[in-house]
Amino acid sequence: MAWPLREPGLAAWLWRTEGFVNYHWNWRIFWEPAPNGTGTYLDMLLSGLVLTIETALCAWIIALVTGSIVGVLRTLPSKTASRVGFAWVEFFRNMPLLVQLFIWFFVLPEIVPNSWGLWLKQMPNAPFYTAVIGIGLFMSARVAEQTRAGINSLPRGQKLAATALGLTTAQTYRYVLLPMTFRIIMPPLTSEFLSTIKNTSVAITIGLIELTGEARAMQEFSFQVFEAFTAATVLYLLVNIVVVIAMRYLERALAVPGYISGK
Amino acid sequence: MFANFDFDVIRRSLGYLFFDGMTFTLTLTGLSALGGLIFGTLIALMRLSGLKLVGRIAGLYVDLMRSLPLVLVIFWFYFLVPYIGQWLTGSSRPIHVGAFVSSLVTFILFEAAYFSEIMRAGIQSISKGQPAAAQALGLTYSQTMRYVVLPQAFRNMLPVLLTQTIVLFQDTSLVYVLSIPDFLGAASKVAQRDGRLVEMYLFAALVYFIISCFASFGVRRLQSRIAFVH
Repeated sequence: MAWPLREPGLAAWLWRTEGFVNYHWNWRIFWEPAPNGTGTYLDMLLSGLVLTIETALCAWIIALVTGSIVGVLRTLPSKTASRVGFAWVEFFRNMPLLVQLFIWFFVLPEIVPNSWGLWLKQMPNAPFYTAVIGIGLFMSARVAEQTRAGINSLPRGQKLAATALGLTTAQTYRYVLLPMTFRIIMPPLTSEFLSTIKNTSVAITIGLIELTGEARAMQEFSFQVFEAFTAATVLYLLVNIVVVIAMRYLERALAVPGYISGK
Repeated sequence: MFANFDFDVIRRSLGYLFFDGMTFTLTLTGLSALGGLIFGTLIALMRLSGLKLVGRIAGLYVDLMRSLPLVLVIFWFYFLVPYIGQWLTGSSRPIHVGAFVSSLVTFILFEAAYFSEIMRAGIQSISKGQPAAAQALGLTYSQTMRYVVLPQAFRNMLPVLLTQTIVLFQDTSLVYVLSIPDFLGAASKVAQRDGRLVEMYLFAALVYFIISCFASFGVRRLQSRIAFVH
């Protein structure tokens, strides 16, 4: 390459970039048929995206339900209840998600009675169910912490007033504390939901071919590493943006007037 | 249930698990935390610099990293780092980068986004009077940051930074996707070689659990001591 030598810095840079360009970009790859016979590479990635969203939504339902119950347990006057809640949170928070998935997937079928183990091993879509339950329970510990923090952040007067009105503990939570709590903890719950979506990618280790898995498969079939990962990155960003915008509307609609986050 | 539980496979592989696997995991955790903290503090300073463009770039970086799954980022850098190395050294082919360097770069750059948010909150928690007083004393911007703001921000945020490091410790297990023998990878290798998945995975879970529990217990104690000083 004949480049004027008076700009050695630029020349050197271009020369280096030359090497970087060794990689053969091919953005049309997305419209080429994938070898697994399901359509184009783009279809492959989109089906991964759908699986990511399905897994995340199912796991989120488990996380939300279990997490709320455990969070409430931790705020109850009963010592036993709060200890159970504490143990639950510590148990699911202090092991890597990957290890938890391995335990559900590889260990559980071996240590339950034989017939159950056989049923678990023969279950169709086992990676999906394992991911939903594993990620759901992993996230439940975080949701529990948010719920507990939310309940504890309410003024003591709320609980006292409810008791003074003659409400039982269950009624106090059902009608007074929880409706307030969930409206207050919407913003942290949004970021926990985003974590749930991101965490679904850990399930590729147990064979769930979601978005990251499909990008990886596309890279292996087509050798177009950076196109595949760029597409996955863009799709994850889009999902994030959609969730953030949707939650912002929801937060605004649910904000408690006059409360910290209320506007 | 544990009738044919083979404790011996754990005993036999202890050396490999801890000297190779755990050493890798802890080194990766420590260096990533250090690098992530330094780079993260720089990002936080960029965001708070008041320069619109610089702040915008730093903000975009943080948002990008925080909306991607770590697994995808690990794959990204695994394939990208050889090209970056080629570009930096000016060699004619993508250079070969070891598994350790590749994952270290990944974790530093990824965790920096999370550490920067913590440091940003820490810097913002310092009352405005402090940098103003430092300026009145004639300190330059870098002196103000170096001697007044950052030490306090770091101290206030220490429990949160350490908690994030525990999360990082657990997240390093994800290098499994590159078949690197970190602690979990080592356990998994033995498990598959000897057909002892139950023993090895339960043992790995137990070790992670104990270390994380002790570490978070320590952080909680530290937190109460710091709170007491205030």
